[in-house]
Amino acid sequence: MSAIIEDYTTTIPTWRPRVKPIDLKEASEAQLDALKVTPSNTKVSDYVLVLANDVETLAVRTPLFNAIMYNKGGLSRAERELGAIGASVVNRCIYCTAVHASRYNQLTKTTETVERIFAAEEAALLPPREAAIFSFAVKLSKTPSEAEDTDVEALREVGLSDEEILDLVLSASLFGWANRLMHTLGDPVEPDRGTRA
Amino acid sequence: MTRSVVAAASGLTEAAFAALTSARQDVMDKTEAAHWAALRPADPGGLSHGERAALAVRVCRRHKSATLTTHYQRLLDEADGEAADPSLTDPAAIPADPRLAALAHYADKAGAAPRTVVADDIEALKRAGIEDADIVRLSELVAFLAYQIRLVDGLSLIGERS
Repeated sequence: MSAIIEDYTTTIPTWRPRVKPIDLKEASEAQLDALKVTPSNTKVSDYVLVLANDVETLAVRTPLFNAIMYNKGGLSRAERELGAIGASVVNRCIYCTAVHASRYNQLTKTTETVERIFAAEEAALLPPREAAIFSFAVKLSKTPSEAEDTDVEALREVGLSDEEILDLVLSASLFGWANRLMHTLGDPVEPDRGTRA
Repeated sequence: MTRSVVAAASGLTEAAFAALTSARQDVMDKTEAAHWAALRPADPGGLSHGERAALAVRVCRRHKSATLTTHYQRLLDEADGEAADPSLTDPAAIPADPRLAALAHYADKAGAAPRTVVADDIEALKRAGIEDADIVRLSELVAFLAYQIRLVDGLSLIGERS
């Protein structure tokens, strides 16, 4: 068996489930619909096949996820990814961090912010706007949340509107959800050549 | 029209909530749909509506989310004794029944400290007789609550000075 990855990386790992994925050959109509399986699209990841065990939640979660991360307007795509990274670092979800750190790097064409976060986690020193966004996402991701008025004030001071702050709340909160599936129901392992989780 | 669970729990006035979320109405609608899918699915599998509501009370109490605790207590009351063991709702107690104890233990750990969850926590659920599909249902419930609780916290923070 491939080794479990324990350190942060921007190389997307393979995800090895701890519970049984559904068998596509035995999938119900509702499961096929939620999985968006069509004759031309039969490749479904183990992660999504595991989630298909709870098809009613999966069917609503996928469009919600896409709306929060990719909806037009509001906070930039990259800064929503930074919110996702903040949550994923608090919860130490290696898989989610890899996916969203690599997207952040692609969108910003930088690597320094991610490198600093990988090295120092919550204590990473970042430029003011990134720092306010990352710090808010980290504090909101604690249990109970440690985000306070002063953290929202700090976001306003670096220029975020209330609508943009809402987008940040949504992306950080969404990864409170995603981390609790990805990090608990499986392990990130060395990627097999030519396959992806 | 009835307010959404998140709108009511946020403490914002209807006008303030509508102004803040007007560009994200689709997200708010989908969040409401996710709430009912996680709490009252048409096919609850091995995790009854009452047990789901009881676990939600437990998780929300641990997160000190007063308004959502009240909401889930109401859902539990409506489920009418399906989850009769009151220790399931109390984050300081573990139910005597081994299956309920396993559910409570997992909800505590994944809810409050997901970074500490390891493979053996999933094995413990299996040893308690909980099937794989129900482990996914339990994880989705706890994970959805983590999202909803923080969304409500965030909305109230933004709204306080608006």
